[in-house]
Amino acid sequence: MRKIRLIARMDIKNENLIKTIQLEGLRKMGDPNEHAKKYYEQGIDEILYMDIVASLYNRNNLSEIVRRTTDDVFIPITVGGGLRTLEDVRKALQMGADKVAINTAAIKNPQIITDVANVFGSQCMVLSIEAKRSRTQAGKWEAYYDNGREHSGLDVIEWVKKGVDMGAGEVLLTSIDSEGLEKGMDCELIEAVTNAVNVPIICSGGVGNAEHVLQAAKSGASAVAVAAVLHYGRTDVPTLKREIKELGVSVRL
Amino acid sequence: MKITVIDYGLSNLLSVQRGFEHFGAEVEITGEHDKILEAKALVLPGVGAFKDGMAGLSALELTPIIRKKAIEGVPLLGICLGMQMLFDESDEFGVHKGLGLLPGRVELIPQTDALGQRQHVPHIGWNNLYPGGGRNNFDGTILQEVADGAQAYFVHSYEAKPQNPQNRLADTIYGGRKVCAAALNGNVMGCQFHPEKSGEVGLKIIKQFIVLAKAFF
Repeated sequence: MRKIRLIARMDIKNENLIKTIQLEGLRKMGDPNEHAKKYYEQGIDEILYMDIVASLYNRNNLSEIVRRTTDDVFIPITVGGGLRTLEDVRKALQMGADKVAINTAAIKNPQIITDVANVFGSQCMVLSIEAKRSRTQAGKWEAYYDNGREHSGLDVIEWVKKGVDMGAGEVLLTSIDSEGLEKGMDCELIEAVTNAVNVPIICSGGVGNAEHVLQAAKSGASAVAVAAVLHYGRTDVPTLKREIKELGVSVRL
Repeated sequence: MKITVIDYGLSNLLSVQRGFEHFGAEVEITGEHDKILEAKALVLPGVGAFKDGMAGLSALELTPIIRKKAIEGVPLLGICLGMQMLFDESDEFGVHKGLGLLPGRVELIPQTDALGQRQHVPHIGWNNLYPGGGRNNFDGTILQEVADGAQAYFVHSYEAKPQNPQNRLADTIYGGRKVCAAALNGNVMGCQFHPEKSGEVGLKIIKQFIVLAKAFF
């Protein structure tokens, strides 16, 4: 098993860190910058900011939060939510983001994947996929957008193959079904996606403990996004990493 | 101490700036010839494709100026693509010439590992730094304060292949193969990983570059 990265996922609405359940039912968690700094000092491997209403209102509120993060956080920062054009991406990178996660705009206009990869490099272009299990077909998932509000009709496996072919260097795979429940990740989804493409997959949605990270790693995840358990203070980064290591998964301590 | 960061329109300069400011250095971000010619320490950052990076330098006519400064002995640190551009040439999107300050080429990371198994490209994540090129330690280099095996953050699809083993300052292991993690040729040095994104380990490297630059003047 390869070394796994732990990423603190911070969903942002207006200026607040929030937490959702199945991408719904928001709860305010406080100042995102304070959380980012705390997780950095505790040894998190990356930070992921997601502006969860940006696509809906065609705007991005994150610039100032990201800029402030670079004052005292020296690890990679990924920014997503509402990025639609090369200019939006350029601005996010200027504010201190290292990578951008794009979902809605990529579904509406897949060419943006290639454009971002060509101009800023594929390592910067994270294809964000919100996957929801099909109720009618076993072992199938559909890609959603606008933070899980709209369904695209796209099959997740077909879409991820196309996205990687078009230049995505990494995939952020969020399971809508598991998100916020802290009851484990959708490992069948992780396995299907990691078998379909040859880029690192960041898996998001459902981590409640170290055992869940082990299952995701076994299923092929390169990185796991953690939110609720950290935001609610149920554990901290050093404890979680130590437990992951004890289960035999390589992790940066 | 003033650190001059070369701006050619293709980089996340804010993080690099914050890294140096963290240690009290003054950071000047510029693409102007006069300012670069006066610089006492140069940083060449870079994210993106080799071809675009070199085109960015050429458009501003910076290539001969950076070469001149390097030959004068001014400390020059390339980061990620910035390190790759210090080499002679790269295969990325066709063969493109680099700055020619480090002998060697830049090539695509193989899609299979040493055992022939499929591996991820790009190489993304934290990976270990080991002394390279027959070194026993990092003494006297920008990695001086970094422990053998410490981890830094990598994001790259292409790898530099120094022609002379002694230019391999540090190696990392990816897919069972050694990949050049840091390069050194006198006052010209580069990190394939991002020191400004590598937490405490990266900050030690940034601090040491300032120390080296101060010692030079």
